[in-house]
Amino acid sequence: MTHPIHRNPITAVESPAVGVTIDGLTKNFGTFRALKNVSFSVEPGEIFVLMGPSGSGKSVLLKHIVGLEAATAGRVLINGQDATAEHTLERIRIALVFQAGALFNSLSVYDNLALYPREHRFGDESTIRDKVMRALQILSLENSAQKFPSELSGGMRKRVAIARALVMEPQLMLYDEPTSELDPVMSATISEIIATLKDEYHVTTIVVSHDRELALGIADRVGILMGGELVFLGPPANLRQPADPRIADFFHPRIDLKNPRFKNLET
Amino acid sequence: MKQLTHFLEGFGSAVQLLFQSARFAGTLPRQRARFIDQCYLIGYTTLPIVAILCFFMGSVLALQSGYSMENFGAKQFIGSLVGLSFARELGPVIVAILVAGRVGSAITAELASMKVYQEVDALVTMNIPPARILVLPRLAAVLVMMPVLAIIGNLIGWFGGAVICKYVESIAIEPEAYFSALRRYMKFKDVGTGLMKAEIFGFVVVLICCSIGLNTRGGPREIGASVTKAVVVSLISILVLDYFVTKALM
Repeated sequence: MTHPIHRNPITAVESPAVGVTIDGLTKNFGTFRALKNVSFSVEPGEIFVLMGPSGSGKSVLLKHIVGLEAATAGRVLINGQDATAEHTLERIRIALVFQAGALFNSLSVYDNLALYPREHRFGDESTIRDKVMRALQILSLENSAQKFPSELSGGMRKRVAIARALVMEPQLMLYDEPTSELDPVMSATISEIIATLKDEYHVTTIVVSHDRELALGIADRVGILMGGELVFLGPPANLRQPADPRIADFFHPRIDLKNPRFKNLET
Repeated sequence: MKQLTHFLEGFGSAVQLLFQSARFAGTLPRQRARFIDQCYLIGYTTLPIVAILCFFMGSVLALQSGYSMENFGAKQFIGSLVGLSFARELGPVIVAILVAGRVGSAITAELASMKVYQEVDALVTMNIPPARILVLPRLAAVLVMMPVLAIIGNLIGWFGGAVICKYVESIAIEPEAYFSALRRYMKFKDVGTGLMKAEIFGFVVVLICCSIGLNTRGGPREIGASVTKAVVVSLISILVLDYFVTKALM
């Protein structure tokens, strides 16, 4: 299989996009089964949005892809290589944008972004500075370089986290709830950024989210996890009128106003 | 049984962390800035409390021994008693306890907070091993700073004893006599043994605190629990190790 070539957003260097295969993934935490035999694959250069209610196992699955969790059964392959193998992170650049940003609070925004290239010796300090400033420009953060994470708003923290991921020149971008806790305008901005990065640079992207607008707006394909099981896999268009009542309930939740709990709403 | 399992898990994870850090020893020259930062935190910020505590420990030791030895007419040996006690035992143990309380707790709090707020996970996904940038510089710094702190602690403890001997009427020994007794009965090996003990205690304390911090799971409440655990385990380890190291170095 030939993989499409993409240009890295920071260096414009060509590198192959990667594909991800989830093969019979099962994860138990004690007696609780968080993932039940989940299988799907993400094509190189695709935006795949993984949805589902809280506690359905989305973030756990993401952690397996990046090797932070070990599977009870099954495996995750990235370009055919086991995600838990030590050399996978050395050979394939995978960037994870954490839900809360996971920025290094003791470092400035600039140093947060410069940490990866410095540690992996991407070049001298001026080369690193160019990469960092380019990433900050892409995310419109060039005026915040000297600020510390504690001085940033929630939306800015998410953008810094995305900028930090970009500096890694990733072949695979993972986003964990990128629009959670953001106002609708900032959510739309983040969705736009994710789509732009994919359109312009063809980075393989996996997004974990509750956000229906984001899924229907930017996804090439959507997967829906419920109770650790994959109950839907397909293009977002198929979700407009889903046949499965569980998915319909998830996408179009109905509030029963007859429920005594909501009696104040009726008056 | 459960507690034994926890103990063995903790021990195993500390040993594993030690080996992981040792693998990256070659990267230390590139981590000069982090190493110097840690030397400052471990050495410079601990120095004032080491000075105060050692001064008063030396003073109390001189006072107590002066009171007891007067009955035997052996006041002239107070200098050697304070000198040997500090060099062989009190200096390294006091410094290690202070490092555990002052530095160890701060290390655990910082690493536990980084773990809880996913900063450590972020490092792992960036293929930057936490053992390399969070643990190795701290272990190297404590190896350099512990002997320095122990020597300063010894000197200040001896000085504290000398001050009491001169100014407390019931003892009234001149500093020349005090230091002469101290020099006469103390060998270089005594100081060397103490420094070796300080080195071992400090290294173990920092390793324990790093390991407990990096193994924190849960939320903010667990950060506090980890700090308490790290300090308690460090203090117990210092005192238990003290016996075995003393026996081995005798």
